[in-house]
Amino acid sequence: MAIRDRLSGNEAVAVAMRQINPDVVAAFPITPSTEVPQYFSAFVANGKVDTEFVPVESEHSAMSACIGAEAAGARTMTATSANGLALMWEMLYIAASSRLPIVLAAVNRALSGPININNDHSDTMGARDSGWIQLYGETNQEAYDNMLMAVRIAEHPDVMLPVMNCFDGFITSHAVENIELLEDDAVKAFVGDYKPEHCLMDQDCPIAVGPLDTVAHYFEHKRQQAEAMKNAKKIILEVSAEFEKLTGRKYGLFEEYKMEDAEIAMVVINSTAGTAKFVIDGLRDKGVKAGLVKIRVFRPFPVDELVAALSKVKAIAVMDKADSFNAAGGPLFTDITSALYGRADGIKVVNYIYGLGGRDVKTDDLAFVFDELQEIAKTGKVKSVYNYLGVRE
Amino acid sequence: MNKKILDPAVTWKEITPGGTISDAGNAHEFKTGDWRSDRPVWLSDKCKQCLLCVPVCPDSSILVVDGKRTDFDFDHCKGCGICAKACPFGAIEMKEEE
Ligand code: SF4
Ligand code: SF4
Repeated sequence: MAIRDRLSGNEAVAVAMRQINPDVVAAFPITPSTEVPQYFSAFVANGKVDTEFVPVESEHSAMSACIGAEAAGARTMTATSANGLALMWEMLYIAASSRLPIVLAAVNRALSGPININNDHSDTMGARDSGWIQLYGETNQEAYDNMLMAVRIAEHPDVMLPVMNCFDGFITSHAVENIELLEDDAVKAFVGDYKPEHCLMDQDCPIAVGPLDTVAHYFEHKRQQAEAMKNAKKIILEVSAEFEKLTGRKYGLFEEYKMEDAEIAMVVINSTAGTAKFVIDGLRDKGVKAGLVKIRVFRPFPVDELVAALSKVKAIAVMDKADSFNAAGGPLFTDITSALYGRADGIKVVNYIYGLGGRDVKTDDLAFVFDELQEIAKTGKVKSVYNYLGVRE
Repeated sequence: MNKKILDPAVTWKEITPGGTISDAGNAHEFKTGDWRSDRPVWLSDKCKQCLLCVPVCPDSSILVVDGKRTDFDFDHCKGCGICAKACPFGAIEMKEEE
């Protein structure tokens, strides 16, 4: 029987961690992710989990401790945001290339500077090519569900890659919503035990982890790592299907909202999807065929599936809550356009950088984008490809 | 994990994930001798067997048998010349590797 509750996103993720009962959690506090290790350390103190909690002195150390623990054979988790993630940078790559299935709750916050504690996606977008799988979630429920599935995805023998469970700082992390939790036993059965094929604590099969990798072998390791990321797509779908059987909640690589007959579409990540759905409902009442694609899995990037979902529309607005400073477009935009290139040519695609540093994203803002899309669909003309939404001009 | 020494021809499908080394104490399998540009030459007639050269070698490439040094282990000697500097009797000379 599912448990109905009302929790903030951070508390929901901490509850998921309690139910998973990992062997090690190493974390350092940073807004807005602080509550995740804070709630979790209370579970540790109250004897609700068997976890070794390692209160480190920085995020670099947090990820380093996670790497050591995971390599030893321990199921390991952490949480961070923004500059904390940036301080982990060096170790993020080492975790991924050492094939250590660590799970990280990444509570999205603007990366300084200037210093800002509010939500955008500049932190995890910067880490998009670090070799981590990236799952994104719109609501507290999705943040909770993704945390449970992340463990299974990361630890699958065909994957063995770390996973970031990303959700919006404050909007999702701090707002309290209704949520359906699984029973502790159901989570326990779903995640199972972590039994890595090789680990440092296996005395019958001594190994060394993280050695110098010379010209003769480094490239082969990178190729193998790339294959694991390709494999992840299938495993994510398998784990999500199993999760659906358990909960009734369906997850794919992305969510399609009113896309069946859509002529114009918005592509968005995280909480803004809720606002966009509301705007789309209004447009649909007026007969405008608008739809939404909400990315759940950003790494691996579901190229073929996205092309199939978007190939029938006339115009697309890709919404980026992070800029790339490449003078060309945000990270989601450049990935979407390169996915479409040669597979679904001729669709007009525009990019909006929005909501940086926690700037409010209102229904009027998104309605404006849909107006522009209607104009583009009608005339076939794009005034400007790379745009900023909600900034004072 | 199979105990195996990866040869340079191993494919990405067979290589150990993450570069994990699947055996303990196998560093001697890695022949570092081909990095050498200079080569130590042991002048055994000048050698007093004081063994001062042995502990300074960073590659453990001066082999001691029955308390006496023998010739260099050229599979692993990198030609750094530390042993030649340490020898008080001029019994090690560095020569350019051919
Ligand atoms: S230091 Fe010189 S003399 Fe002493 S053992 Fe070595 S080679 Fe011989
Ligand atoms: S040259 Fe260097 S590596 Fe070679 S035996 Fe002497 S000390 Fe060892």
